[in-house]
Amino acid sequence: MTTGDLIMIWADNRALSIFIWLVLIITILYFARPAAHGVIRSFARLLRNNARLAARSLYQLEERAKQRNRAVVLGDGRDITERNIEREFHRVSTIVGRDLAGFPALERQLRQQITCIEEDYRDAIEIPPMPPEWHTAVEAVAKIPPNGDPGYVRVLSEINRVFKKSSENALNEFRSAATDRHNTLLRMIPFWRGVDSALERVEKKIESLEERSKTIDKQFATYLQIVAQTDRAERLLSTSAVTQFFISGLVMVIAVLGAFINFQLIALPMSEMVGGNSYLFFSKGFALKTADIAALVIISVELAMGLFFMEALGITRLFPVIRGMDDKLRRRMLWVTLSILFTLACVESALAYMRDLLAADRAALAQQLSGLEVVTPAFRWIPSVGQMVLGFILPFALVFVAIPLESFIHSSRSVFGASYEASLRLMIFVVRVFGNMAAQLGFILTHIYDAIIFVPLRIEQMLSNRRSGRQYADTEEVPVIVAERIPLVASEIIPEVKPSTKSATKSRRAVVDSQPSEVAYNFEAAGELKK
Amino acid sequence: MKTSWQWMAAFAALTIAACTSGNPNSKAVVLLLDTSGTYTTELGHAQRIVNYLLGTLEAGDSFAVARINSESFTEKNIIVHATFDSRPSTTNAQKRTVLDTTQQFIEATAKGSAYTDITGGVLQALEYVREANAAQKIVLLFSDLQEDLQKRQIREFPIDFNGVRVIAVNVTKLRSDNIDPRDFQERQDYWKQRVISGGGQWQVINDLERLQSALL
Repeated sequence: MTTGDLIMIWADNRALSIFIWLVLIITILYFARPAAHGVIRSFARLLRNNARLAARSLYQLEERAKQRNRAVVLGDGRDITERNIEREFHRVSTIVGRDLAGFPALERQLRQQITCIEEDYRDAIEIPPMPPEWHTAVEAVAKIPPNGDPGYVRVLSEINRVFKKSSENALNEFRSAATDRHNTLLRMIPFWRGVDSALERVEKKIESLEERSKTIDKQFATYLQIVAQTDRAERLLSTSAVTQFFISGLVMVIAVLGAFINFQLIALPMSEMVGGNSYLFFSKGFALKTADIAALVIISVELAMGLFFMEALGITRLFPVIRGMDDKLRRRMLWVTLSILFTLACVESALAYMRDLLAADRAALAQQLSGLEVVTPAFRWIPSVGQMVLGFILPFALVFVAIPLESFIHSSRSVFGASYEASLRLMIFVVRVFGNMAAQLGFILTHIYDAIIFVPLRIEQMLSNRRSGRQYADTEEVPVIVAERIPLVASEIIPEVKPSTKSATKSRRAVVDSQPSEVAYNFEAAGELKK
Repeated sequence: MKTSWQWMAAFAALTIAACTSGNPNSKAVVLLLDTSGTYTTELGHAQRIVNYLLGTLEAGDSFAVARINSESFTEKNIIVHATFDSRPSTTNAQKRTVLDTTQQFIEATAKGSAYTDITGGVLQALEYVREANAAQKIVLLFSDLQEDLQKRQIREFPIDFNGVRVIAVNVTKLRSDNIDPRDFQERQDYWKQRVISGGGQWQVINDLERLQSALL
């Protein structure tokens, strides 16, 4: 039986038949209304409650991820700060060991200088002998004008002469003493300068120590914040991790390009060593040339040696085993890795030269096959030398990949953790939106249901109005509420529940976290309806 | 301890050896040169094909140049053959040898053979490409496809072309084709039917520029 036949089951007239079908369906829907509404409500509630549960689980997961990220960020930050403080202390120790070890000698030198200065100073303050006290009396006698007695004149002349001579002698002595004092003071200048320069040196060293101590103070303040697990410290470290992630990622890309160039240098000549038609099958349809794999192995070994080298130097901290070795063993490892690197660099250089020869041979053959005369280009040696040098340098250059690699690994933990946290947050949002949409859909579906059967509902309403009007006439009382007899959609779906102040003040997250309950659902539904 | 290390090394070597193999796209190519009658004048074009093939074939590929004359089903007709070494330098040296030998042959071939035993040549080529055990087996037929057998020669029998691509190159038109062009088409159809019924693939390339895409 087709659909057309089914429609025409009641009458030959299609319109009439459809009408009968509609009446039948609407009647069935009208009588099934409470059950249908219940099903729709239950289904909407089911979806909403499940979404709420899912959101709650995701929220817990997010919380765990957040805690884990916080621990990772703070742990990394603490590690880095500890390393920085350790390095600063090491520098201070170096300064103290290098500079303050010379302090006794400097002090001795200063003391000697100061002693010399003191002696010179003492010499300088010695005042030359002044003319004797009787000099004034003699001067007064010598100045008496000679008048009369020749003997008296002669005595006075003699006194005058002796006095002048005495004055001259005194003056000369004074000059000589002044010259000596000047000379002594002149001799003091280099000592002063020596003292000055020694003190300047001391000042510089003290300043350097002061700067270091300031840096240590800063680092220590950061360290204290990290230990205290403050939000500020976490925020700063997260920002720093993201920056580190991108910078180290950029350097890693550059390193990969370098490794690619290295690979190109040695892949072709490797086929001369391991064969050009040997392939390694990983799966059906995926095979790699053994020569390419051999080249990759060499580059990988170089990278590994670079990592060990940096680790042995103490620059990176990727392998706790190497870090935990004693200094002698670590130094030995340093030399071993360096030797291997040097050997590999030499091998690469030779391979690069062979590559150049092979490329030249291939070019010559191609010229020959195309019927051209084989011509050797001028300055053929330049690319040869260039390739050899490149082949030698690249392995050593790749050693430094260890530094950005370490940063990348450490920062990627924080960055990926943050991304995971963000994705969880997004999922929570999506699930919550879905739950709310499911609840709204329940309302919409019940409205649609009532809209379909609006005719019997209207009739029912009219009948109940009439009945209540009659009742009013009998009892002279105002009818209570129409909605009680002719159930409106809203009053049916949402039982009146007084919203408590506690639940009204709940945050959105708290609503999500709370156990799904009928009350909460109805309360929110009432809120939605009011809107 | 040492023994365990040796065992581990042996196991690793065996694992790698089990996974390694030759080139999965290796080729075995035979170029059959028709040296009969007036077709000898076309041999200059054959040199271009040889040059092109030498330029494209790689280490591990096999290549042979054979001639078609009155009695072609013989190893003597193979002018030069080589399976290119895995080392690029040796491969280049082998290619130079093939190139020189082919050049000398073409320069030395001035007079054409009395008969044209194409089937014999094809059989010889099939034998070679199968022995090479390559992934792609290709027979290049540099001929006008006009077979002219001696009376005692028996060549009318089915040939197994399974897994072999036969590419007819530079199929020139004979003087008689100008009188009745159907002969030209019939010759091609005859060989096409023979190859396909034998389980092979047939292709005709008269423009040598298109040979590159055909050999990919």
